Amino acid sequence: MLLLLLGIIVLHVAVLVLLFVSTIVSQWLIVNGRTADLWQNCSTLGVSSSFQCVTSSTNEWLQSVQAMMILSIIFSVLSLFLFFCQLFTLTKGGRFYITGIFQILAGLCVMSGAAIFTVRHTDWQPTTSDTSFGFAYILAWVAFPLAVISGVIYVILRKRE
Amino acid sequence: SGDNGPVSGPSPCLRLPAVLAPTLAIHVYTHREVHGTVGSQVTLACSFWSSEWISEDVSITWLFQPESGKDTISIFHFVKGQPYVDEVGAFKNRMEWVGDPHRKDGSIIIRNLDYTDNGTFTCDVKNPPDIGGKSSQVTLYVFEKVPIRYGVVLGAVIAGVLGLVILVVVIGYLIRYCWLRRQATLQRQLSAMEKGKLQRSAKDSSKRGRQPPVLYAMLDHSRSTKSASEKKSKGGLGESRKDKK
Repeated sequence: MLLLLLGIIVLHVAVLVLLFVSTIVSQWLIVNGRTADLWQNCSTLGVSSSFQCVTSSTNEWLQSVQAMMILSIIFSVLSLFLFFCQLFTLTKGGRFYITGIFQILAGLCVMSGAAIFTVRHTDWQPTTSDTSFGFAYILAWVAFPLAVISGVIYVILRKRE
Repeated sequence: SGDNGPVSGPSPCLRLPAVLAPTLAIHVYTHREVHGTVGSQVTLACSFWSSEWISEDVSITWLFQPESGKDTISIFHFVKGQPYVDEVGAFKNRMEWVGDPHRKDGSIIIRNLDYTDNGTFTCDVKNPPDIGGKSSQVTLYVFEKVPIRYGVVLGAVIAGVLGLVILVVVIGYLIRYCWLRRQATLQRQLSAMEKGKLQRSAKDSSKRGRQPPVLYAMLDHSRSTKSASEKKSKGGLGESRKDKK
């Protein structure tokens, strides 16, 4: 069914977009007007729209969060590529195991990255009462269940001629 | 034509030094930053390049400006082939000359580092007549332990996980390939045995009554696996190739 195929691909691309935005936009934490992590800490000076950005801390835990987010993107892209490969090479009735496994791996990587960040962000970011999580952090947590669902769908899907 | 020949006067070579002058300067090179741990030693490397031949009059000077101070003190001087190490200052008994002016190297080693050694070291080389040029500075940072450079943990985690996943996938495919090959050889053996069995039964059918059950059990098993995979291919969800086009 063409509709099903389209739906699956749309879900996969949505997961990919969420992962990209969450990784690239440096807004995991908001500390009284300044945005911080994953790559840069930026602050707006005064009323004008001028930004002043410095690189984030070189803490090992932050580096592992960055690594996990990058890995999740790599696995998701690989999964999409493998899906199209398997679409044309899989035997009738076969299942998209490899595609599903990579997508589930991507979901696990996002989850571990977000979890490490949640637990360890006080190591390099002094917490005040004003600290709150930014939208990129929320996107990471949204991407995790979507990626796992997408992977599971691939695993139970069967190829039909 | 006529008498407008070239004016012959003083040789035009006199004009050349003006073009050569910019290169008549000494170039000194050091690192920009050096990191060391407390108690260990560090090598302050200094190399220079001079357009003149390195004469006996070459002089190398090391100056030190502490991080928390404005004064620049002289801590080392090399002149007329003799190194003179600081005997009274902060680097007494801690400094060693390891350079060789003829190899264009003016490095020193400082042992037993302390936090008071944080600061800027300047390497100044003069090689008469080549005396103009910029000296070079290196900043020394003394840490309790050397911090890991940024990106080492990042790269290690990515490489480790990717390597592991690729390894598992390759092993999985190898196992599947070996298993499929074993299945294929098993099938061939079965069909060969079947042929042999038919030939032998044509010759001698009454005597070998006990063997068939084993063979038929194996044949049944292979047939049942075949039918199971056929059941899988019917029905189920999926997509149609024609629809894609």
